[in-house]
Amino acid sequence: MNEHLDALESQSVFILREAYRKFKNLAMLWSIGKDSTVMLWLARKAFFGHVPLPLVHIDTHFKIRSMIEYRDRLAKEWKLTMVYGENAVALREKLTFPDGKVDRLTCCGSLKSEALKHTLAGDWPRYRLNHETGAYEQDPNTSPYTGVIVGARADEEGSRSKERYFSPRDQHNDWNVDDQPPELWNQFKTDFAPGTHLRIHPLLDWTELNIWEYIERENIPVTPLYFNQGDGKRYRSLGCFPCTNKVDSEATNVKEIIEELKTGKFSHIAERAGRAQDKDGGGLESLRRGGYM
Amino acid sequence: MDRFPLVVVGHVDHGKSTVIGRLLADTNSLPDGKLEQVRLECERSSKPFEYAFLLDALAAERDQGITIDTARCFFHSTQRDYVIIDAPGHIEFLKNMITGAARAEAAVLVIDAKEGVQENSRRHGTMLSLLGIRQVIVAVNKMDLVGYDKGVFESVRDEYLAFLRQLGLIPQAVLPVAAFFGKNLSDRCAELSWYDGPPLLGELDRLILASNHLHKPFRMPVQDVYKFTEEGDDRRIIAGRIETGLVHVGDDVVFFPSQKRAKVKTIEEFSAPQRTEVGFGKAIGFTLDPEIYVRPGELMVRAGQPSPRSANRFQANIFWLGKRPLVTGKRYKLKLATAEVPVWVDRIEKVLDASNLSSGVREQVEQHEVGQCVLEAFKPVAFDLSADVAETGRFVLVDDYEIAGGGIILSDHGVGNTLLDRHLAHREQNWERSSLSSSTRALRWNQRPTFILLTGGADAPLVKLAQALESTLFEQGRFVYYLGLSNALLGLQAGHEDRPEVLRRLGETAHLFTDAGAVFIASLAGLDDPERQVLEALARPADVLTVTVGPTDLTQTAALLLSTEQPLDEQVKILVHHLSEAQIFPEFAL
Repeated sequence: MNEHLDALESQSVFILREAYRKFKNLAMLWSIGKDSTVMLWLARKAFFGHVPLPLVHIDTHFKIRSMIEYRDRLAKEWKLTMVYGENAVALREKLTFPDGKVDRLTCCGSLKSEALKHTLAGDWPRYRLNHETGAYEQDPNTSPYTGVIVGARADEEGSRSKERYFSPRDQHNDWNVDDQPPELWNQFKTDFAPGTHLRIHPLLDWTELNIWEYIERENIPVTPLYFNQGDGKRYRSLGCFPCTNKVDSEATNVKEIIEELKTGKFSHIAERAGRAQDKDGGGLESLRRGGYM
Repeated sequence: MDRFPLVVVGHVDHGKSTVIGRLLADTNSLPDGKLEQVRLECERSSKPFEYAFLLDALAAERDQGITIDTARCFFHSTQRDYVIIDAPGHIEFLKNMITGAARAEAAVLVIDAKEGVQENSRRHGTMLSLLGIRQVIVAVNKMDLVGYDKGVFESVRDEYLAFLRQLGLIPQAVLPVAAFFGKNLSDRCAELSWYDGPPLLGELDRLILASNHLHKPFRMPVQDVYKFTEEGDDRRIIAGRIETGLVHVGDDVVFFPSQKRAKVKTIEEFSAPQRTEVGFGKAIGFTLDPEIYVRPGELMVRAGQPSPRSANRFQANIFWLGKRPLVTGKRYKLKLATAEVPVWVDRIEKVLDASNLSSGVREQVEQHEVGQCVLEAFKPVAFDLSADVAETGRFVLVDDYEIAGGGIILSDHGVGNTLLDRHLAHREQNWERSSLSSSTRALRWNQRPTFILLTGGADAPLVKLAQALESTLFEQGRFVYYLGLSNALLGLQAGHEDRPEVLRRLGETAHLFTDAGAVFIASLAGLDDPERQVLEALARPADVLTVTVGPTDLTQTAALLLSTEQPLDEQVKILVHHLSEAQIFPEFAL
């Protein structure tokens, strides 16, 4: 079991280092969830305790409060270059699903995809953690991030199983699923014409179970929202609170989650089953074509 | 709990996805309700149910009914877990098939019993052999369509075995199946009772995972060199992934092609117990004693073990995926392990049609063909022959930003620069010499035409020195010219890509000025031995006087070594003195 985690770790570290070597304007998306937190840990592995690239979080302001506290705690502890962005207009004008103005998919597209697109491009304000004051300030750096490291896993959902480790998107963030570059022998697409952006997926080969096994082995701090706090319920996947449901589970720690995934009730139920937006309309694939991570 | 990576390949519509879908269903590896959901969808759209639909997660795929890309899915036998890569059978998607297959340890090749061996059955077999996948199971599918007839099976089997033999591939098994009906997949069946071997799942469980690379010579391509100074970290870490072998703290190591040597001082890893040895598969870091300067792309090996090759010319089998053909003389980018160098095809020895193994001699290799070629890199790279160490004996070629081909190295053709030689011969033949000889000019200017080449590290003050030297010599009445091209104009910021072109232009310019009798000064940071040789060849017959400022990568000693500690005027003084000592400016006219 350990050997398999070693192989996954090694591949992810290799990919992260390759991305760091090839991209000047590189950022890592940190959703605060378990996957991207594992990815952040892998970056510390890759760079020997340092994280020499900014972490970007898209704050929909409908995230569960303790997620933000957890984000800032780790950012300070691990001395991260922490940046967040948001769709200020949609939030101000309450064009959201929880406000009852739009449907779930439109809300996701606006608060996540749009906010992400503009935060990466640098044409909407970015807010950066000042480690001296402990507060966020508008980031003077507005240059676009051309390489974005994302914690997508192939086993999450059909469209993600088609991803490459290094996946080009054009300037409109469009993903041409039918014509992707070949990847072989650890050679990835690291040469690109101006205007191309790359998504880099170091976790593509990991499963939900691998993630938890690695969290256990490395003792990586995750938010307690993943555990049953006594009400017999826990989050299996984290998102915005209006659209993410808890699952019934007795698992109160990492070990119990692993058991549950291996032999228990979740061994045959998909992880995103609690995410409502996947079920509406075209679901995740159409979100992803439009830039959703 | 290892997870075995398996690719399923074969001609379009021969039933790859059905084999996978049925394996998933029969081994109870599907998420609850998935099968029912797909059945329901098929009912709703009045299409007959197919297992392939299970895998066709994308809308685009369902529309066309073919696998476009490599989809991954997971299943388990009683023995172990598998990750299956479903590779498309259509020729247009060969690059996707290769992407999938390159990740696999073994392949299941599906052939339709009724249609028999088709073009892509053969093409995929050829690709598997080039990709180095030696474990192959051939499933002759749709046996139901031929009435489970033994004779039909045997004729397909024999035809395909004969083909694979030409590639040196011996499959682990060739077995009959009827995937749609689950016949001979996870269990044996009555219809195929004439077949003795285990069913497909049993054959899969017999495949061997990851050959042990520990006994091979130690090879670590240097991916990067880090010095993160935050928090007072002063480690200079050589990072990379170990492809084969094993290394210990205290071992003597050599870096190729620079041949620099050091000892492993420490093995570096974040949040892990201190190690004294580390082996293949690990992405790791080392500190060295002494702290030598090595570059990403070099190959770290152990002293006393078989050395890698270090050459710029080699012979390779290349499969070409690019829309534009692979042509001789054109420049491509070679990516071999972590090394990247400009490369061109010196000659194409033969072109193989991957679908029927016929060969011919041609000037170019078209998309989906395989060419046996001699490649020439701009400067030596470290590699192994594919037969010795596969991981460091294979490469990809980038054409216009895209990975357009891959190859395995067959033999080492040493060091040479045929393009440069050809160019020089051409220049020599076609140069209309004037009636003034070079000695006539030397007499007029009272100087020996010389190319003074200043080099040093990226931050060495080369430009200032060049300018000061030019002024001083000019004041002394010399015929001197400094080519004041900034690094940006020279294209050096762009990385290695344009370096050969920059050198060519610089060398030619030096040749013109020295031919006119001038002392020509230029500066070029980060010069290495092969580059120096190129410049020397292009500037001939003039002499090149290489002057280094501070540490450099040159192993052959330069004519004059200056230190970055010396003040500018002292550097100039030493230089001028050296020029006169070297008889470039004779004290007395002849």
